[in-house]
Amino acid sequence: MNAIKQATIQMRAETVAGDTDQVLERKLGWGELLWSNTTLRKTVLILILAAAWELYARHLDNPLTFPTLSDTLASLLDNIRSGILVDRAWTSLKILVTGYVAGVALAFTVTVLAINTRIGTDFLETMTAMFNPLPAIALLPLALIWFGLGNISLAFVLIHSVLWVVALNTHAGFLSVSQTLRMVGRNYGLSGLRYVAFILIPAAFPSILTGLKIGWAFAWRTLIAAELIFGVSSGKGGLGWFIFENRNVLDIPAVFAGLLSVIIIGLVVENVIFRTLERRTVRRWGMQG
Amino acid sequence: MTALLDVQAVTLRYKTATSLITATEGVSFKVNQSDRFVLLGPSGCGKSTLLKAVGGYLRPEAGEIRIKERTVRKPGADRMMVFQEFDQLLPWKTVLENVTFPLLKARRMSRREAEQRARSYIDKVRLTEFANSYPHTLSGGMKQRVAIARGMAMEPDILLMDEPFAALDALTRRRMQDELLQLWEDTRFTVLFVTHSIAEAIRIGNRILLLSPHPGRVKAEVVDVDCAAVEEGASARLERQIHDLLFEEEGHRE
Repeated sequence: MNAIKQATIQMRAETVAGDTDQVLERKLGWGELLWSNTTLRKTVLILILAAAWELYARHLDNPLTFPTLSDTLASLLDNIRSGILVDRAWTSLKILVTGYVAGVALAFTVTVLAINTRIGTDFLETMTAMFNPLPAIALLPLALIWFGLGNISLAFVLIHSVLWVVALNTHAGFLSVSQTLRMVGRNYGLSGLRYVAFILIPAAFPSILTGLKIGWAFAWRTLIAAELIFGVSSGKGGLGWFIFENRNVLDIPAVFAGLLSVIIIGLVVENVIFRTLERRTVRRWGMQG
Repeated sequence: MTALLDVQAVTLRYKTATSLITATEGVSFKVNQSDRFVLLGPSGCGKSTLLKAVGGYLRPEAGEIRIKERTVRKPGADRMMVFQEFDQLLPWKTVLENVTFPLLKARRMSRREAEQRARSYIDKVRLTEFANSYPHTLSGGMKQRVAIARGMAMEPDILLMDEPFAALDALTRRRMQDELLQLWEDTRFTVLFVTHSIAEAIRIGNRILLLSPHPGRVKAEVVDVDCAAVEEGASARLERQIHDLLFEEEGHRE
Protein backbone atom coordinates (compact mmCIF):
# COMPACT_ATOMS: atom_id res chain seq x y z
CA MET A 1 0.00 0.00 0.00
CA ASN A 2 2.63 2.46 1.06
CA ALA A 3 5.12 1.48 -1.61
CA ILE A 4 6.81 4.65 -2.83
CA LYS A 5 6.15 5.36 -6.49
CA GLN A 6 9.13 6.43 -8.52
CA ALA A 7 9.47 8.11 -11.91
CA THR A 8 10.85 5.66 -14.43
CA ILE A 9 11.87 5.97 -18.06
CA GLN A 10 10.37 3.32 -20.37
CA MET A 11 12.09 3.02 -23.75
CA ARG A 12 9.79 2.51 -26.78
CA ALA A 13 10.65 0.48 -29.84
CA GLU A 14 9.17 2.74 -32.57
CA THR A 15 12.23 4.87 -33.20
CA VAL A 16 14.57 1.91 -33.25
CA ALA A 17 13.18 0.29 -36.39
CA GLY A 18 14.53 2.43 -39.22
CA ASP A 19 12.02 1.97 -42.04
CA THR A 20 8.88 4.01 -42.36
CA ASP A 21 6.12 2.98 -44.72
CA GLN A 22 5.28 6.65 -45.47
CA VAL A 23 7.06 8.65 -48.17
CA LEU A 24 9.13 11.33 -46.44
CA GLU A 25 9.94 13.32 -49.50
CA ARG A 26 8.60 13.13 -53.05
CA LYS A 27 10.06 14.92 -56.04
CA LEU A 28 7.53 17.13 -57.84
CA GLY A 29 6.59 16.11 -61.38
CA TRP A 30 7.60 18.16 -64.44
CA GLY A 31 4.16 19.68 -64.87
CA GLU A 32 4.00 20.78 -61.25
CA LEU A 33 7.50 22.25 -61.43
CA LEU A 34 6.78 24.25 -64.59
CA TRP A 35 3.46 25.55 -63.31
CA SER A 36 5.05 26.75 -60.06
CA ASN A 37 7.44 28.93 -62.10
CA THR A 38 6.02 32.48 -61.94
CA THR A 39 7.94 33.75 -64.97
CA LEU A 40 6.63 30.92 -67.09
CA ARG A 41 3.02 31.49 -66.04
CA LYS A 42 3.33 35.20 -66.80
CA THR A 43 4.95 34.50 -70.18
CA VAL A 44 2.05 32.25 -71.11
CA LEU A 45 -0.37 35.04 -70.16
CA ILE A 46 1.49 37.59 -72.29
CA LEU A 47 1.52 35.20 -75.26
CA ILE A 48 -2.26 34.74 -74.97
CA LEU A 49 -2.79 38.51 -74.81
CA ALA A 50 -0.49 39.02 -77.81
CA ALA A 51 -2.45 36.46 -79.82
CA ALA A 52 -5.74 38.17 -78.88
CA TRP A 53 -4.33 41.54 -80.02
CA GLU A 54 -3.18 40.14 -83.34
CA LEU A 55 -6.49 38.37 -84.04
CA TYR A 56 -8.66 41.33 -83.05
CA ALA A 57 -6.61 43.84 -85.07
CA ARG A 58 -6.79 41.61 -88.16
CA HIS A 59 -10.50 41.28 -87.71
CA LEU A 60 -10.84 45.09 -87.34
CA ASP A 61 -8.57 45.70 -90.32
CA ASN A 62 -8.04 49.41 -89.63
CA PRO A 63 -4.31 50.22 -89.24
CA LEU A 64 -5.09 53.91 -88.64
CA THR A 65 -6.74 53.28 -85.30
CA PHE A 66 -5.51 49.87 -84.18
CA PRO A 67 -2.55 48.27 -85.98
CA THR A 68 -1.79 44.57 -85.68
CA LEU A 69 0.90 43.30 -83.34
CA SER A 70 3.01 42.21 -86.29
CA ASP A 71 2.86 45.70 -87.82
CA THR A 72 3.76 47.23 -84.46
CA LEU A 73 6.70 44.85 -84.01
CA ALA A 74 7.87 45.50 -87.56
CA SER A 75 7.74 49.25 -86.93
CA LEU A 76 9.55 48.76 -83.63
CA LEU A 77 12.34 46.82 -85.34
CA ASP A 78 12.57 49.37 -88.17
CA ASN A 79 12.87 52.25 -85.76
CA ILE A 80 15.42 50.45 -83.65
CA ARG A 81 17.46 49.55 -86.74
CA SER A 82 17.42 53.11 -88.04
CA GLY A 83 18.62 54.24 -84.63
CA ILE A 84 15.83 56.75 -84.08
CA LEU A 85 14.06 54.90 -81.29
CA VAL A 86 17.31 54.06 -79.51
CA ASP A 87 18.32 57.69 -79.75
CA ARG A 88 14.99 58.90 -78.37
CA ALA A 89 14.99 56.38 -75.55
CA TRP A 90 18.55 57.35 -74.68
CA THR A 91 17.59 61.04 -74.56
CA SER A 92 14.68 60.21 -72.22
CA LEU A 93 16.77 57.97 -69.96
CA LYS A 94 19.58 60.51 -69.66
CA ILE A 95 17.31 63.26 -68.41
CA LEU A 96 15.41 60.75 -66.29
CA VAL A 97 18.52 59.53 -64.50
CA THR A 98 19.68 63.11 -63.93
CA GLY A 99 16.37 64.13 -62.38
CA TYR A 100 16.01 60.91 -60.43
CA VAL A 101 19.47 61.02 -58.90
CA ALA A 102 19.09 64.70 -58.03
CA GLY A 103 15.67 64.04 -56.49
CA VAL A 104 16.89 61.10 -54.42
CA ALA A 105 19.96 63.00 -53.22
CA LEU A 106 17.79 65.94 -52.22
CA ALA A 107 15.33 63.62 -50.47
CA PHE A 108 18.14 62.08 -48.41
CA THR A 109 19.57 65.45 -47.46
CA VAL A 110 16.17 66.76 -46.39
CA THR A 111 15.35 63.62 -44.41
CA VAL A 112 18.70 63.41 -42.63
CA LEU A 113 18.42 67.07 -41.65
CA ALA A 114 14.82 66.54 -40.59
CA ILE A 115 15.29 63.56 -38.26
CA ASN A 116 17.73 65.38 -36.00
CA THR A 117 15.30 68.06 -34.81
CA ARG A 118 11.64 68.09 -34.01
CA ILE A 119 11.02 71.22 -36.06
CA GLY A 120 12.81 69.59 -39.01
CA THR A 121 10.50 66.59 -38.71
CA ASP A 122 7.47 68.89 -38.63
CA PHE A 123 8.77 70.73 -41.71
CA LEU A 124 9.30 67.51 -43.64
CA GLU A 125 5.91 66.11 -42.68
CA THR A 126 4.12 69.31 -43.69
CA MET A 127 5.98 69.60 -46.99
CA THR A 128 5.40 65.97 -47.97
CA ALA A 129 1.74 66.21 -46.96
CA MET A 130 1.37 69.27 -49.21
CA PHE A 131 3.41 68.30 -52.25
CA ASN A 132 2.98 64.53 -52.39
CA PRO A 133 -0.62 64.70 -53.69
CA LEU A 134 0.31 67.37 -56.28
CA PRO A 135 1.03 65.66 -59.62
CA ALA A 136 4.44 66.79 -60.80
CA ILE A 137 3.16 67.35 -64.33
CA ALA A 138 0.90 70.13 -62.99
CA LEU A 139 4.05 72.15 -62.30
CA LEU A 140 5.28 71.92 -65.89
CA PRO A 141 3.57 75.10 -67.19
CA LEU A 142 5.14 77.03 -64.32
CA ALA A 143 8.52 75.39 -64.89
CA LEU A 144 8.38 76.41 -68.55
CA ILE A 145 7.89 80.05 -67.54
CA TRP A 146 10.67 79.91 -64.95
CA PHE A 147 13.27 77.86 -66.82
CA GLY A 148 12.11 77.96 -70.45
CA LEU A 149 11.89 75.07 -72.88
CA GLY A 150 14.66 72.68 -72.00
CA ASN A 151 16.13 70.05 -69.78
CA ILE A 152 16.10 72.24 -66.69
CA SER A 153 12.30 72.37 -66.77
CA LEU A 154 12.16 68.60 -67.19
CA ALA A 155 14.63 68.05 -64.37
CA PHE A 156 12.56 70.37 -62.17
CA VAL A 157 9.35 68.37 -62.56
CA LEU A 158 11.27 65.10 -62.26
CA ILE A 159 12.87 66.18 -58.99
CA HIS A 160 9.46 67.17 -57.73
CA SER A 161 8.00 63.80 -58.69
CA VAL A 162 10.77 61.87 -56.88
CA LEU A 163 11.67 64.05 -53.90
CA TRP A 164 8.54 63.86 -51.77
CA VAL A 165 7.73 60.20 -52.11
CA VAL A 166 11.32 59.14 -51.44
CA ALA A 167 11.59 61.54 -48.49
CA LEU A 168 8.29 60.30 -47.08
CA ASN A 169 9.30 56.64 -47.24
CA THR A 170 12.83 57.24 -45.98
CA HIS A 171 11.51 59.24 -43.06
CA ALA A 172 8.93 56.58 -42.20
CA GLY A 173 11.70 53.97 -42.44
CA PHE A 174 13.99 55.90 -40.08
CA LEU A 175 11.18 56.28 -37.57
CA SER A 176 10.44 52.55 -37.59
CA VAL A 177 14.01 51.47 -36.75
CA SER A 178 13.75 49.51 -33.51
CA GLN A 179 14.88 50.99 -30.22
CA THR A 180 17.25 48.05 -29.71
CA LEU A 181 19.10 48.66 -32.99
CA ARG A 182 19.40 52.36 -32.16
CA MET A 183 20.92 51.50 -28.79
CA VAL A 184 23.30 49.02 -30.43
CA GLY A 185 24.46 51.74 -32.83
CA ARG A 186 25.10 54.20 -30.03
CA ASN A 187 26.83 51.47 -28.02
CA TYR A 188 29.39 51.33 -30.85
CA GLY A 189 29.96 55.03 -30.31
CA LEU A 190 28.43 55.93 -33.68
CA SER A 191 26.85 59.36 -33.97
CA GLY A 192 25.86 61.93 -36.56
CA LEU A 193 26.33 60.94 -40.18
CA ARG A 194 28.16 57.71 -39.31
CA TYR A 195 25.15 56.63 -37.25
CA VAL A 196 22.80 57.46 -40.15
CA ALA A 197 24.98 55.70 -42.72
CA PHE A 198 25.83 52.55 -40.75
CA ILE A 199 22.64 52.01 -38.76
CA LEU A 200 19.62 54.02 -39.86
CA ILE A 201 19.90 53.65 -43.64
CA PRO A 202 20.46 49.88 -43.74
CA ALA A 203 17.88 49.29 -41.00
CA ALA A 204 15.32 51.38 -42.89
CA PHE A 205 16.29 49.94 -46.25
CA PRO A 206 13.02 48.09 -46.93
CA SER A 207 11.03 51.34 -46.83
CA ILE A 208 13.74 53.27 -48.62
CA LEU A 209 13.63 50.73 -51.43
CA THR A 210 9.86 51.03 -51.65
CA GLY A 211 10.25 54.81 -51.91
CA LEU A 212 12.87 54.45 -54.64
CA LYS A 213 10.58 52.14 -56.62
CA ILE A 214 7.53 54.39 -56.38
CA GLY A 215 9.73 57.42 -57.12
CA TRP A 216 11.06 55.72 -60.24
CA ALA A 217 7.55 54.93 -61.51
CA PHE A 218 6.39 58.50 -60.84
CA ALA A 219 9.44 59.95 -62.59
CA TRP A 220 9.10 57.75 -65.68
CA ARG A 221 5.40 58.63 -66.16
CA THR A 222 6.02 62.30 -65.51
CA LEU A 223 8.83 62.43 -68.03
CA ILE A 224 6.88 60.80 -70.85
CA ALA A 225 3.90 63.07 -70.15
CA ALA A 226 6.11 66.16 -70.09
CA GLU A 227 7.72 65.22 -73.39
CA LEU A 228 4.30 64.75 -74.93
CA ILE A 229 3.43 68.31 -73.93
CA PHE A 230 6.45 70.22 -75.08
CA GLY A 231 8.38 67.68 -77.06
CA VAL A 232 11.80 68.69 -78.26
CA SER A 233 14.42 70.58 -76.41
CA SER A 234 17.67 71.61 -78.04
CA GLY A 235 16.78 69.59 -81.13
CA LYS A 236 16.66 66.23 -79.34
CA GLY A 237 13.35 64.68 -78.39
CA GLY A 238 12.67 61.76 -76.09
CA LEU A 239 10.28 58.82 -76.27
CA GLY A 240 7.25 61.00 -75.55
CA TRP A 241 8.21 63.21 -78.45
CA PHE A 242 8.63 60.14 -80.66
CA ILE A 243 5.03 59.12 -79.90
CA PHE A 244 3.71 62.65 -80.46
CA GLU A 245 5.65 63.11 -83.70
CA ASN A 246 4.42 59.85 -85.25
CA ARG A 247 0.83 60.55 -84.28
CA ASN A 248 1.12 63.81 -86.23
CA VAL A 249 2.17 61.95 -89.37
CA LEU A 250 -0.45 59.25 -88.65
CA ASP A 251 2.19 56.50 -88.41
CA ILE A 252 0.07 54.61 -85.86
CA PRO A 253 2.21 51.41 -85.75
CA ALA A 254 5.13 53.66 -84.74
CA VAL A 255 2.95 55.24 -82.02
CA PHE A 256 2.26 51.76 -80.70
CA ALA A 257 5.95 50.90 -81.01
CA GLY A 258 6.73 53.99 -78.92
CA LEU A 259 4.20 52.99 -76.25
CA LEU A 260 5.60 49.46 -76.25
CA SER A 261 9.10 50.84 -75.68
CA VAL A 262 7.86 52.86 -72.70
CA ILE A 263 6.35 49.70 -71.22
CA ILE A 264 9.42 47.57 -71.94
CA ILE A 265 11.85 50.03 -70.38
CA GLY A 266 9.57 50.34 -67.36
CA LEU A 267 9.40 46.57 -66.99
CA VAL A 268 13.15 46.10 -67.38
CA VAL A 269 13.96 48.64 -64.68
CA GLU A 270 11.35 47.21 -62.32
CA ASN A 271 12.11 43.54 -62.91
CA VAL A 272 15.83 43.59 -63.52
CA ILE A 273 17.29 46.51 -61.60
CA PHE A 274 14.95 46.78 -58.62
CA ARG A 275 14.30 43.05 -58.36
CA THR A 276 18.04 42.36 -58.29
CA LEU A 277 18.59 45.08 -55.71
CA GLU A 278 15.79 43.59 -53.61
CA ARG A 279 17.18 40.07 -53.84
CA ARG A 280 20.68 41.18 -52.93
CA THR A 281 19.55 43.25 -49.96
CA VAL A 282 16.27 42.98 -48.07
CA ARG A 283 15.50 39.41 -49.15
CA ARG A 284 18.95 38.14 -48.35
CA TRP A 285 18.81 39.90 -44.98
CA GLY A 286 15.40 38.40 -44.22
CA MET A 287 13.92 41.87 -43.75
CA GLN A 288 11.08 41.28 -46.20
CA GLY A 289 8.94 38.22 -46.94
CA MET B 1 41.82 48.85 -4.46
CA THR B 2 39.31 50.95 -6.32
CA ALA B 3 36.30 49.28 -7.89
CA LEU B 4 35.98 48.83 -11.64
CA LEU B 5 32.43 50.17 -11.63
CA ASP B 6 31.32 52.51 -8.91
CA VAL B 7 27.63 53.42 -8.71
CA GLN B 8 27.12 56.10 -6.09
CA ALA B 9 23.69 57.01 -4.70
CA VAL B 10 22.12 57.01 -8.14
CA THR B 11 18.58 58.26 -8.62
CA LEU B 12 17.05 57.70 -12.03
CA ARG B 13 13.86 59.22 -13.39
CA TYR B 14 12.32 58.91 -16.81
CA LYS B 15 9.34 60.50 -18.49
CA THR B 16 6.44 58.64 -19.99
CA ALA B 17 3.78 60.36 -22.07
CA THR B 18 1.89 61.43 -18.96
CA SER B 19 4.17 61.33 -15.93
CA LEU B 20 7.65 61.39 -14.47
CA ILE B 21 8.60 58.05 -12.98
CA THR B 22 11.26 57.44 -10.38
CA ALA B 23 12.93 54.18 -11.35
CA THR B 24 15.63 53.98 -8.70
CA GLU B 25 16.45 56.03 -5.64
CA GLY B 26 19.85 56.33 -4.04
CA VAL B 27 21.23 53.05 -5.34
CA SER B 28 24.89 52.37 -4.64
CA PHE B 29 27.07 49.40 -5.44
CA LYS B 30 30.58 48.54 -6.54
CA VAL B 31 31.63 45.97 -9.09
CA ASN B 32 35.19 44.63 -9.02
CA GLN B 33 37.29 43.17 -11.78
CA SER B 34 36.03 39.70 -12.86
CA ASP B 35 32.84 39.96 -10.82
CA ARG B 36 29.68 38.33 -12.08
CA PHE B 37 27.43 40.93 -10.55
CA VAL B 38 23.69 40.32 -10.77
CA LEU B 39 20.95 42.92 -10.33
CA LEU B 40 17.90 40.99 -9.16
CA GLY B 41 14.43 42.17 -8.38
CA PRO B 42 10.78 41.99 -9.37
CA SER B 43 9.51 44.09 -12.27
CA GLY B 44 9.39 47.77 -11.42
CA CYS B 45 12.57 47.76 -9.35
CA GLY B 46 14.42 49.73 -12.01
CA LYS B 47 17.09 47.11 -12.66
CA SER B 48 16.97 47.50 -16.46
CA THR B 49 16.90 51.28 -16.15
CA LEU B 50 19.93 51.06 -13.90
CA LEU B 51 21.76 48.96 -16.48
CA LYS B 52 20.86 51.46 -19.22
CA ALA B 53 22.26 54.24 -17.05
CA VAL B 54 25.53 52.33 -16.68
CA GLY B 55 25.39 51.90 -20.47
CA GLY B 56 25.19 55.69 -20.72
CA TYR B 57 21.74 55.90 -22.29
CA LEU B 58 20.30 57.71 -19.30
CA ARG B 59 21.74 60.45 -17.07
CA PRO B 60 21.28 60.05 -13.31
CA GLU B 61 19.24 62.80 -11.66
CA ALA B 62 21.42 62.48 -8.62
CA GLY B 63 24.53 60.49 -7.85
CA GLU B 64 27.29 59.37 -10.14
CA ILE B 65 28.32 56.34 -12.16
CA ARG B 66 32.05 55.92 -12.62
CA ILE B 67 33.85 53.27 -14.59
CA LYS B 68 37.60 53.03 -14.10
CA GLU B 69 37.48 56.46 -12.43
CA ARG B 70 35.80 58.06 -15.45
CA THR B 71 32.26 59.39 -15.09
CA VAL B 72 29.81 57.77 -17.52
CA ARG B 73 28.23 60.42 -19.73
CA LYS B 74 27.25 58.68 -22.94
CA PRO B 75 27.14 55.20 -24.50
CA GLY B 76 30.48 53.80 -25.47
CA ALA B 77 32.21 50.62 -26.56
CA ASP B 78 34.00 50.24 -23.22
CA ARG B 79 30.64 48.98 -21.91
CA MET B 80 29.20 46.51 -24.42
CA MET B 81 25.50 45.72 -24.08
CA VAL B 82 23.79 42.38 -24.67
CA PHE B 83 20.04 42.91 -24.94
CA GLN B 84 17.10 40.61 -24.43
CA GLU B 85 15.65 41.22 -27.89
CA PHE B 86 16.65 38.95 -30.76
CA ASP B 87 16.74 41.91 -33.17
CA GLN B 88 19.89 43.30 -31.57
CA LEU B 89 22.03 41.89 -34.39
CA LEU B 90 22.29 43.97 -37.54
CA PRO B 91 20.19 41.93 -39.99
CA TRP B 92 22.13 43.18 -43.02
CA LYS B 93 25.37 41.69 -41.74
CA THR B 94 26.44 38.07 -41.42
CA VAL B 95 27.45 36.62 -38.05
CA LEU B 96 31.11 37.33 -38.78
CA GLU B 97 30.39 40.87 -40.00
CA ASN B 98 28.23 41.55 -36.96
CA VAL B 99 31.10 40.66 -34.63
CA THR B 100 33.71 42.40 -36.80
CA PHE B 101 31.80 45.65 -37.33
CA PRO B 102 32.23 47.25 -33.88
CA LEU B 103 35.89 46.17 -33.85
CA LEU B 104 36.39 48.11 -37.08
CA LYS B 105 34.30 51.14 -36.13
CA ALA B 106 34.87 51.56 -32.42
CA ARG B 107 38.28 49.92 -31.95
CA ARG B 108 39.59 51.02 -35.37
CA MET B 109 41.30 47.67 -35.91
CA SER B 110 42.58 46.60 -39.28
CA ARG B 111 40.18 44.30 -41.12
CA ARG B 112 42.49 41.30 -40.82
CA GLU B 113 43.05 41.75 -37.15
CA ALA B 114 39.33 42.31 -36.51
CA GLU B 115 38.30 39.22 -38.47
CA GLN B 116 40.84 37.09 -36.69
CA ARG B 117 39.60 38.18 -33.30
CA ALA B 118 35.95 37.87 -34.35
CA ARG B 119 36.52 34.32 -35.56
CA SER B 120 38.18 33.27 -32.32
CA TYR B 121 35.16 34.51 -30.31
CA ILE B 122 32.68 32.95 -32.75
CA ASP B 123 34.56 29.69 -32.16
CA LYS B 124 34.21 30.20 -28.41
CA VAL B 125 30.41 30.38 -28.68
CA ARG B 126 30.48 27.34 -31.01
CA LEU B 127 29.08 29.06 -34.11
CA THR B 128 32.09 28.47 -36.35
CA GLU B 129 30.07 26.93 -39.16
CA PHE B 130 27.52 29.76 -39.08
CA ALA B 131 30.05 32.58 -39.47
CA ASN B 132 28.72 33.46 -42.91
CA SER B 133 25.01 33.07 -42.12
CA TYR B 134 22.63 35.99 -41.82
CA PRO B 135 20.93 36.46 -38.43
CA HIS B 136 17.42 35.67 -39.71
CA THR B 137 18.51 32.11 -40.43
CA LEU B 138 19.59 31.50 -36.82
CA SER B 139 17.56 30.34 -33.81
CA GLY B 140 16.98 32.64 -30.84
CA GLY B 141 19.67 30.97 -28.76
CA MET B 142 22.19 31.25 -31.57
CA LYS B 143 21.41 34.95 -32.01
CA GLN B 144 22.05 35.55 -28.32
CA ARG B 145 25.34 33.65 -28.60
CA VAL B 146 26.36 35.94 -31.47
CA ALA B 147 25.47 38.97 -29.36
CA ILE B 148 27.59 37.60 -26.51
CA ALA B 149 30.48 36.89 -28.89
CA ARG B 150 30.15 40.42 -30.26
CA GLY B 151 30.27 41.89 -26.76
CA MET B 152 33.18 39.74 -25.63
CA ALA B 153 35.22 40.27 -28.80
CA MET B 154 35.33 43.97 -28.00
CA GLU B 155 37.01 43.01 -24.72
CA PRO B 156 35.18 45.81 -22.92
CA ASP B 157 35.80 46.96 -19.36
CA ILE B 158 32.46 45.44 -18.48
CA LEU B 159 29.80 43.43 -20.27
CA LEU B 160 26.26 44.62 -19.57
CA MET B 161 23.61 41.95 -20.01
CA ASP B 162 19.94 42.90 -19.87
CA GLU B 163 17.99 39.65 -19.30
CA PRO B 164 19.75 38.11 -22.30
CA PHE B 165 18.16 34.67 -21.86
CA ALA B 166 14.65 35.74 -20.84
CA ALA B 167 13.15 35.25 -24.30
CA LEU B 168 14.58 31.74 -24.71
CA ASP B 169 12.86 28.44 -23.98
CA ALA B 170 13.74 26.81 -20.66
CA LEU B 171 16.07 24.12 -22.06
CA THR B 172 18.04 26.58 -24.18
CA ARG B 173 18.21 29.01 -21.27
CA ARG B 174 19.83 26.39 -19.03
CA ARG B 175 22.42 25.57 -21.68
CA MET B 176 23.19 29.24 -22.33
CA GLN B 177 23.74 29.85 -18.61
CA ASP B 178 26.24 27.00 -18.48
CA GLU B 179 27.95 28.27 -21.60
CA LEU B 180 28.24 31.78 -20.19
CA LEU B 181 29.86 30.38 -17.03
CA GLN B 182 32.23 28.32 -19.17
CA LEU B 183 33.19 31.45 -21.12
CA TRP B 184 33.76 33.26 -17.86
CA GLU B 185 36.04 30.46 -16.66
CA ASP B 186 38.08 30.95 -19.85
CA THR B 187 38.47 34.72 -19.88
CA ARG B 188 37.30 36.04 -16.49
CA PHE B 189 35.53 39.03 -17.98
CA THR B 190 33.51 41.37 -15.74
CA VAL B 191 29.78 41.18 -16.24
CA LEU B 192 26.80 43.10 -14.89
CA PHE B 193 23.78 40.90 -15.36
CA VAL B 194 20.12 41.85 -14.97
CA THR B 195 17.49 39.20 -14.31
CA HIS B 196 14.18 38.70 -12.55
CA SER B 197 14.77 34.98 -12.05
CA ILE B 198 16.19 34.10 -8.64
CA ALA B 199 17.44 30.72 -9.90
CA GLU B 200 19.25 32.39 -12.79
CA ALA B 201 20.83 34.94 -10.46
CA ILE B 202 22.19 32.16 -8.24
CA ARG B 203 23.51 30.18 -11.21
CA ILE B 204 25.16 33.14 -12.92
CA GLY B 205 26.36 35.43 -10.17
CA ASN B 206 29.06 35.53 -7.56
CA ARG B 207 27.40 38.61 -6.06
CA ILE B 208 23.72 39.48 -6.18
CA LEU B 209 22.18 42.87 -5.46
CA LEU B 210 18.54 42.59 -4.37
CA LEU B 211 16.37 45.53 -5.32
CA SER B 212 12.90 46.33 -4.02
CA PRO B 213 10.34 47.95 -6.32
CA HIS B 214 8.55 51.33 -6.54
CA PRO B 215 10.98 52.99 -6.44
CA GLY B 216 14.00 50.72 -6.83
CA ARG B 217 16.09 50.66 -3.66
CA VAL B 218 18.84 48.30 -2.56
CA LYS B 219 17.44 45.74 -0.17
CA ALA B 220 20.39 43.45 0.37
CA GLU B 221 23.52 42.13 -1.20
CA VAL B 222 24.32 38.44 -1.42
CA VAL B 223 28.03 37.71 -1.53
CA ASP B 224 30.00 34.53 -2.21
CA VAL B 225 27.09 33.06 -4.14
CA ASP B 226 29.59 30.58 -5.64
CA CYS B 227 29.64 28.66 -2.33
CA ALA B 228 25.96 27.82 -2.65
CA ALA B 229 26.62 25.87 -5.81
CA VAL B 230 29.05 23.51 -4.10
CA GLU B 231 26.91 22.21 -1.25
CA GLU B 232 24.00 19.91 -1.99
CA GLY B 233 20.66 21.70 -1.56
CA ALA B 234 22.32 25.01 -0.63
CA SER B 235 21.24 26.81 -3.74
CA ALA B 236 17.62 25.75 -3.23
CA ARG B 237 17.81 27.07 0.33
CA LEU B 238 19.36 30.34 -0.83
CA GLU B 239 16.71 30.64 -3.50
CA ARG B 240 13.96 30.29 -0.89
CA GLN B 241 15.62 32.83 1.39
CA ILE B 242 15.93 35.37 -1.41
CA HIS B 243 12.35 34.75 -2.45
CA ASP B 244 11.09 35.35 1.08
CA LEU B 245 13.16 38.51 1.33
CA LEU B 246 11.90 39.93 -1.95
CA PHE B 247 8.26 39.14 -1.39
CA GLU B 248 7.91 39.52 2.39
CA GLU B 249 5.98 42.76 2.04
CA GLU B 250 3.23 41.10 0.11
CA GLY B 251 1.39 39.93 3.18
CA HIS B 252 2.51 36.37 3.87
CA ARG B 253 4.61 36.99 6.94
CA GLU B 254 4.68 34.27 9.58
